[in-house]
Amino acid sequence: MRETIAPTETHGAAVLSARSTKLPDIKLMMWVFLASDCMFFGTLIGTYLVYNGRSLVGPGPLDVLDIPLTTVSTFVLLMSSFLMVLALHSLRQNDISKFRLWTFGVAFFGAIFLGFQIYEFRHFIDLGLTLQGNLFGTTFYVLTGTHGVHVAIGVLWLLSILVHSYFHPWTSKDDVYLEVAGLYWHFVDIVWIVIFTVVYLVEFV
Amino acid sequence: MAIGNVGSAGPTTGQDALLTRPNTDRGLVGWLTTVDHKRLGILYILTSLTFMGFASVEAFLIRLQLAAPGNTLLSPDVYNQMFTMHGVTMVFLAIMPLGIGFANYFVPLQIGARDLAFPRLNAFGYWVYLVGGLFLYTSFFLGGAPDVGWFAYAPLTSLSNNPGLGTDFYMIGLFVGGIGTLVTAMNLIVTVVNMRAPGMTMMRVPVFTWLILVTSFLIIFAFPPLTVALFQVIMDRSFGTLFYVPEAGAMPILWQHLFWIFGHPEVYIIILPAFGVISEIIPTFSRKPLFGYPVIILSGIFIGFMGFAVWTHHMFTTGLGPVVNTAFALTSFVIGIPTGVKVFNWLGTMWGGKILFATPMLYAVAFLVTFTLGGITGIMLAVPPFDAQAHDTYFVVAHFHFVMGGGALLAFFSALYYWFPKMTGKMVSERLGKLGFWLMVPGFYVIFFPQHFLGLMGMPRRTQTYVEGIGFEFWNQVSTAGTFIMGAGLIVFFFSFIHAFARGKPAGNDPWDGRTLEWSTTSPPPHYDFVRQPVVNDRDAHWVQKYPDSVHGERVPEAASIPYDAHGIHMPGQSWYPFMTAIAMLPMSYGLLYNNWWVLGLSLFVIVVASYLWALEGVGGKHIHVDPDHPHGHDRHEEDAA
Repeated sequence: MRETIAPTETHGAAVLSARSTKLPDIKLMMWVFLASDCMFFGTLIGTYLVYNGRSLVGPGPLDVLDIPLTTVSTFVLLMSSFLMVLALHSLRQNDISKFRLWTFGVAFFGAIFLGFQIYEFRHFIDLGLTLQGNLFGTTFYVLTGTHGVHVAIGVLWLLSILVHSYFHPWTSKDDVYLEVAGLYWHFVDIVWIVIFTVVYLVEFV
Repeated sequence: MAIGNVGSAGPTTGQDALLTRPNTDRGLVGWLTTVDHKRLGILYILTSLTFMGFASVEAFLIRLQLAAPGNTLLSPDVYNQMFTMHGVTMVFLAIMPLGIGFANYFVPLQIGARDLAFPRLNAFGYWVYLVGGLFLYTSFFLGGAPDVGWFAYAPLTSLSNNPGLGTDFYMIGLFVGGIGTLVTAMNLIVTVVNMRAPGMTMMRVPVFTWLILVTSFLIIFAFPPLTVALFQVIMDRSFGTLFYVPEAGAMPILWQHLFWIFGHPEVYIIILPAFGVISEIIPTFSRKPLFGYPVIILSGIFIGFMGFAVWTHHMFTTGLGPVVNTAFALTSFVIGIPTGVKVFNWLGTMWGGKILFATPMLYAVAFLVTFTLGGITGIMLAVPPFDAQAHDTYFVVAHFHFVMGGGALLAFFSALYYWFPKMTGKMVSERLGKLGFWLMVPGFYVIFFPQHFLGLMGMPRRTQTYVEGIGFEFWNQVSTAGTFIMGAGLIVFFFSFIHAFARGKPAGNDPWDGRTLEWSTTSPPPHYDFVRQPVVNDRDAHWVQKYPDSVHGERVPEAASIPYDAHGIHMPGQSWYPFMTAIAMLPMSYGLLYNNWWVLGLSLFVIVVASYLWALEGVGGKHIHVDPDHPHGHDRHEEDAA
């Protein structure tokens, strides 16, 4: 028996050059997952649209939706994507303190968005819109709730990266691990743009 | 041979694992923690064949019940459970995982890779499939199996219409099992796109692997709608939402749309891998290159696209109107074209070839005939006025058994006989193989051909019995008699493999004079698949290396091989966490089933913890040292046994 330890860097590089597309597996995997997730949200949004206006009892969208409030939370989520870009850029520059700062910023903004959503849900329940009350409630809560779960997973992921960076030195060579988290985050952000348009804005046209 | 552990690349490395990383291929631990695509492939194949055995028993009981009018062998309730579980098992637990099992085993071998891109995720996918299947089958002991048909139409599945647990078993079982299928498909896509051997351009990829790629794309786009639809019904039943409650204004037909947006691509998810194996077997046994390789590939891609544009032909009688019916009738005709093209590709391959009718080829030819017949009845059913007459009759039953059983299953049986020597290093007795074939295929026709007549006479499917004197007796008796012939064939079929495993003759590396890279390594392949990674310089990579002069009239240059790395061969490390994460989904499912939030929460907690440990553990890996000149001891001398 002979122990063989391969140096980390050369090892990683060797693996990548052997890949047919020269792209890391994990990045391709994230794109494939996001393609699949498009169908997932597509089905949920489709269900919402099919049932839109079919509720037999109130409250309806116009009774509860508050565009200014949700515009603020949407803006916060959009800005978190901007911070994501800064975080990745800082990591690639080997500026680890900035990388940690911006990564925390993304997670923090995501958490603010979730806070808005929790407030919104509680407020809507006070107004009489429940999961079991009418079709609008059923489809609204399941669609936006599923999106919220996606955001929560993203927040948890980014915080995990942040904590991990204190126990294991992150360098610009690890950028792909932040990049895939970023891909996920941007996707979840884009899905919210669609939901905000379809569920909120279109109601007031 | 020496094996050493190495730390992994990337920041997600941690040595502080809860469980020590296993490093043995022996015993139970070796199998539970394996990440080897070949072992997982074998597990998939054995598990799916076991589920197929269960489904065969259910089918046999159905046929016994229908042998005589007014029979009381099965009560209507049990009968409903039997046909539901037969369908669910065959589609989700038998045929589809059988294709995925072959993909697991042979995709890396065909593209010259050592494993899938994400070996631990691959293990996770298998264990989740097993958990989903076991969960579904425990329903027989916990208050009754699902009894709503394999497509479980709403609002039959609502709590008020179906208060038993059977429907919950269906919804949760398929929801969990679907996760495994999804991650495995994603894994296969990344593997085929990113792990091809040097020189293997996309237009040199073997057809089986190509069609697995197309299938995997179908899975990642088709399964999410099913997952959402199942989730909606789970929400309706457990949390009182209104997705499929007509009294609240909901439209139960939404379920049909979502189910068939999944369900029709699912048909191609099952049949495209079958097309793939047929496209490997027919050239091998005709000793000719595949006729029209690019056409086979492009028509496969076209089928993949069109598969998403035909779902409404399952719903012609739901009253969607003449415009919708006409549009989907046309798309359904169109999808027949690339399928028909493939049949002619296979015929063109056989034309003028030196055909060897070994057992795999017999099954492949039976596939061609049977699948074509099923395709013809499929075109008939795509005509809405005809469908309105035949809908929900035994004509439909006969149609999809011809394409699923006579098509996909015969192709996979062909693949089992074709690849068994590679997987075990042993040959199957041709006498037993052919005996099984000559019982199975005629038995199949005796069972299912008369069902066309029964359907056209108006015998409805999913009905527990029929009255005497309206002309259904004779053909039902013929059909039931056929089950004994086909059942005998199945017994010989299984016995032929057990016999081969016990006392089969050594197969050598390349018993069929094969064309693709899996035949260039030993039988069974070593853990690391290839000593030196192959370099590919033409289609049919193994064939052109064996016969460099015979292909294009000009000599194919000898492939360079990648020099043996002095570090040894790097292989991924084994892990407990895929198994732990997957197995925790079993209590999770029961928690959801019984609305026991403590069990559900605790299982979810275990899943999250195990996922974190999985990530922190890192890819890991070991280096295996082999003597590149004498890699397999005396085995390598059997190379030319054919």
